Amino acid sequence: MSTAVTPDLVIDASKTLCPVPVLKARQGMDQLKRGQVLKLIATDPGSKADIPSFARVAGHELVSTEHSAKQFVFLVRKGGK
Amino acid sequence: MVTTAERLLQDNLSLFEAMHKQAHDNEPKRVAIVASKGTLDMVYPPLILASSAAAMGMECAVFFTFYGLNALHKTKSRSLQVSPIANPAAPMPVPNILGAIPGMTSVATWMLKSMMRKQNVPTAAELIKVCQDSGVKLIACTTTMGVMGVKEEDLIPGVNMEGAAAFLEFASKAHVTLFV
Repeated sequence: MSTAVTPDLVIDASKTLCPVPVLKARQGMDQLKRGQVLKLIATDPGSKADIPSFARVAGHELVSTEHSAKQFVFLVRKGGK
Repeated sequence: MVTTAERLLQDNLSLFEAMHKQAHDNEPKRVAIVASKGTLDMVYPPLILASSAAAMGMECAVFFTFYGLNALHKTKSRSLQVSPIANPAAPMPVPNILGAIPGMTSVATWMLKSMMRKQNVPTAAELIKVCQDSGVKLIACTTTMGVMGVKEEDLIPGVNMEGAAAFLEFASKAHVTLFV
């Protein structure tokens, strides 16, 4: 379902634990313009809940979440200001 | 007698409530945290929460008091330790009673640090840097500074020095308040 969206930035937060995936997501968002899409890869099981919460609170749109046994891949479209 | 103003208010109560709610929904969420512990394991929770809050666009302040102030101390922050004494959860492969043997605090600290390094967990100093860069207000408790003989120049640059009332004013408008 996410194949139609091409990310403008890819950040790999694999092999890190909370709070690093969220901090890296924020760093990524700071580099993007509104409407651009970040692809974030994470392996922390907590990120499955954390990244959607990050997006909701910070005013971004979670475009999609994919997870395999090994990792989560999130597409987040920058919103807000 | 019902005045015109009262009638106006009554007739439009739901509209005013909606306007009030919308105005407050647009305010940034605010997080107020007290950090009172100075062991390696206990400086992490407030720093993780504060850095995450700032990353999510929340407004955050952390009030470092008593041993918690060590996290903002230029030299003490580099030698935070975790004690195995009276801490059965400490990462020690030996019975807890052996935690009282001299040197065991260093062993437990070394073990916890190496476990965290293996998992790429940032150091406390790195998290403090992230907090400062992302606008978290780090507050040193001035009472603690007086009691412990800590001077402004002993603290990492850029921290604020305040007492209870200033923090309470900030916390009185917070959506999340935590004592660690």
